[in-house]
Parts: sequence; C-alpha cells; structure tokens
Amino acid sequence: MAFITATDLSLGYDSQVIVSGLNFTVNRGDYLCIVGENGSGKTTLMKTLLHLKEPVGGQIVTGDGLKKNEIGYLPQQTLVQRDFPASVKEIVLSGCQGRCGMRPFYNREEKSLARENMERMGILALADRCYRDLSGGQQQRVLLARALCATRKILLLDEPVAGLDPVVTAQMYDLIKDLNRDGITIIMISHDIEAAMKYASHILHIGDRVFFGTIDEYRKSETGHFFIEGQKDGVESNG
Amino acid sequence: MDKLILYLQYPFVRYALIVGVLIALCSSLLGVTLVLKRFSFIGDGLSHVAFGAMAIAAVLQLTNEMVIILPVTVISAVLLLRTGKNARIQGDAAIAMVSVGALAFGYLLMNVFSTSPNLSGDVCSTLFGSTSILTLTQTEVWVCVVLSVAVVLIFLFFYNRIFAVTFDEDFSRAAGTRADAYNLMIAVVIAVIIVLAMNLVGSLLISALVIFPALSAMRVFNSFRSVTVCSAILSVVSAFFGIVLSILAGTPVGSTIVAVDVAVFLVCYAVGAAKGGFRK
Repeated sequence: MAFITATDLSLGYDSQVIVSGLNFTVNRGDYLCIVGENGSGKTTLMKTLLHLKEPVGGQIVTGDGLKKNEIGYLPQQTLVQRDFPASVKEIVLSGCQGRCGMRPFYNREEKSLARENMERMGILALADRCYRDLSGGQQQRVLLARALCATRKILLLDEPVAGLDPVVTAQMYDLIKDLNRDGITIIMISHDIEAAMKYASHILHIGDRVFFGTIDEYRKSETGHFFIEGQKDGVESNG
Repeated sequence: MDKLILYLQYPFVRYALIVGVLIALCSSLLGVTLVLKRFSFIGDGLSHVAFGAMAIAAVLQLTNEMVIILPVTVISAVLLLRTGKNARIQGDAAIAMVSVGALAFGYLLMNVFSTSPNLSGDVCSTLFGSTSILTLTQTEVWVCVVLSVAVVLIFLFFYNRIFAVTFDEDFSRAAGTRADAYNLMIAVVIAVIIVLAMNLVGSLLISALVIFPALSAMRVFNSFRSVTVCSAILSVVSAFFGIVLSILAGTPVGSTIVAVDVAVFLVCYAVGAAKGGFRK
C-alpha cells in the first residue's frame, strides 16, 4: 500500500475542471516533483493532497500508516507573513499543533522536537530572532523546520526555492535531498525542471498532457522531451 | 492629585476606570490578531453595525438594548470574517459597505422615528461615547467584568492556536486544526468586545482601541508573545491615563483615551525607528 494513491483525480474551482485524469502513487521514500505550466493546477493539486480542498472527481487514498494530518507542508509565503512579528522559535513550535489534539499548550516533548528540528535546519542560533528580519533562505529553513515538526514521514513543498538566489537555492535543494535520504518522502512543486531532473525520483507533469512515472521514463517520454527542451530553449534565449 | 482622590470617591468614577481598563485589555489582545490578519477595519465596521442595531432597538423602544445589539453584531462579525476569502466581494470592500450602510440606516431610523427631544445629542453620544461611561450602573459593570474575564480566559486558553491560525491558516488546517472554528471564535469575541467598548469610546473610535496598542507594540517588539503582552500593557495604561486625564481636564472620555493611544504610538514608532536603525 502506497502513502498516497490518486485515482482518476479531477481538480478545479467550484465545478470548473482545470485538470483531470490524474493517476499517481507516492511510496515511502519517493521524491516526486510536480511540474507543469503556470495555471495548470499544481497548487490546487497540493491543496487537494492536504485536504484543504475537495477534488472535483476521483479520489485520494492515504495508506501505509500515513494519517491525514501527518503531512508536513511548506506553503508559498503569504503577504501576512512578510511583516509578521513572531520569533523563529514560536513559528517552528506551531508546527506541533497537530500533535496537541485538544490540549491548549505545548508540552516539553514538543518543545524539544522544535529544538531538534531547528538544529537540523541550522537555525538554532536564530531561535529568538524575528521572522521578518531573516533572509529569504533563512525564512524557508524556518518554515521547513516547522513542517518537520508536523511530520516524520512526508513533506509537501510548494515552490520552496521561489525568490531565492542561486547559491541559497542550491543549498535548499541539498537540504531537501538530505531529508529525503533520511527517509522522508518528498512531494515538491517546481518550476525548475533541471533541478527536478537532478534530484527527483518521480515526475508528475500536469497540464494539457499528463505524465506520471520515474525520471528515466519521463526523459524518454514525448511530454518530458518536449518540456525539458522547451525550458532549455527558453533559458538560452533569455540568457 | 487631591482632585483625583476626591473624584475616586465617587462610585461612577471607579466604575468608569474598571470598565475602561477591562475593555482596553480585551480589545488589545484581539487587536494583534486582527491587525496581522489585515482586518484592522473590522472593528470600525462592526461598531457601525452596532450603532445601526442600537437605532433599531431605540425605535422598538426596547428597555434592554443588548438583546438586539449583541446578536446583530456577532452575526455581522461572522459574515464579515467569512467574506474575507470570498472572491466576489473583497474583504475590505465588504467591511466598508456594511460599515457605511449600517451607519446611514442607523441615523435614518433615529431621525424618522425619533422620540427624543435632543436627537443630535443622542447621535453624538452614541458615536463618540461622550458621557455614557460615566453613567454606568452596577449591573453593567458586572456584565462587563464577566465578559472581559471570559474573553481573557478564551484568549489565554487558545493562545497557541490563535497564533498558529493567524500566522498560517493553510498550514494549520493541513495539520488538522479547525481554522474555521477559530476564525469564528475570533469573530464572536471581537463582536462582544466592540459592543462593550461602545460605552467607552463610542462607535466611531473603537477601531483605535483595537489597532493602536497592537501597532505600537509591533514597532518595538519582535515576537508574538512580547507584542501581545506589550500591547495589553500599553492599552491598559493608555486607557487608565486617558480616563483620569479626561476627568481632571473635563474632556470627552473616548477621544482623550484615543489621543493618549496615538501619543503612545508615536513614541513607540520613534523607539522602533531608533532601535532598528531606520530599517523601514
């Protein structure tokens, strides 16, 4: 049984369907990249996987001991967060909220978990700093540490490198790769097809054509060939 | 000083101080969340709704106006917070719409069905809360104490959840927190505070009580906890000195409190700028 199995999934707003016929599975230890053009429904898919939205059709089944609220989520930054007065510690600790149940306060175990994850992300020294004063890369590490407090199994990352400079981007990818090596399953939305080809084990391409399979299959497939070449041409003509 | 001690011997002055401080405390606690959720204007909108509801109560000649004002305001609060996510009417537009609409209808009703000989005086005191805080009865004080204690307890009990939902609603929901329920709770609590605060500063100036302490605290402090604590302290101190000042100087209570809040904000702004080396 896979962590997540999607069968004949259709996504959209209200009853308007953006993308349909999605079939894919995510197994323990996978590194899945979701690629596709803007507006193809990547973020909607992410929200559906998180149960923030209902699918228009089809279904998502979680299995292999994965509970609904055991998914760690790294969202895109919102306007609200940009000038939010909160310390790093407070934000990371809020990742533990799913563990609390009805209990209103965090216990010692959760506090040490938050500490552990700050250490893991290399932001322990920043614990008392204000979130809004951090650099983009540091902020992403904070949110990643928070997501890790929510899960030991699977992380959903929504464009984790958006707005980061190349050096920090590379560090971020390495960090995610390390997490994957430690046994955490990764699902990532990405615009960066090159990085996806480098790091991911599976690709889900959504848009006019839908593809799901391993990296090698994607490279050989028509969709993948088209998309990878297209991106390269784009980069070259831009550069 | 002697004058102040003399005044404090009157029960209505003590009542005003107690109620003023409690309302200031409650409004500042929720203020941080509202400001951060970009709902600064919700206090304003709701207070106008409360004004409209009060006009209806006056027309119906109810003896206990709360029966109408509280439920109407609570329902409006729920609806307004909900439209924040609605694509068809933007949150800020919805608030502006409800706000001015209720104000207009309230005044219209009071005018058409007026029973009072001094209409503009009535309207003015509802809008600016000129003297009603000095005419509180003992029962009203107790109601206010009970509701304030409830608000503070709710806030303390759900502090971590309120932080989580304010910072990142989607993440909270994904982690299994019932964000909608907390939003609803925030809406109800803020409505209760606004109805209480109408007595203190009147319905036009309530927003000031909600947003100024939070904004002042946010200039100076960097964590959610310190901002919340600082905002509560600033608000209580400002309300206390505002009331005392207004009694001593014979100025209107509500606007004096707000003036003190504004002064505190300016000081905090300067402190924040000095601290951050003119970062922003």
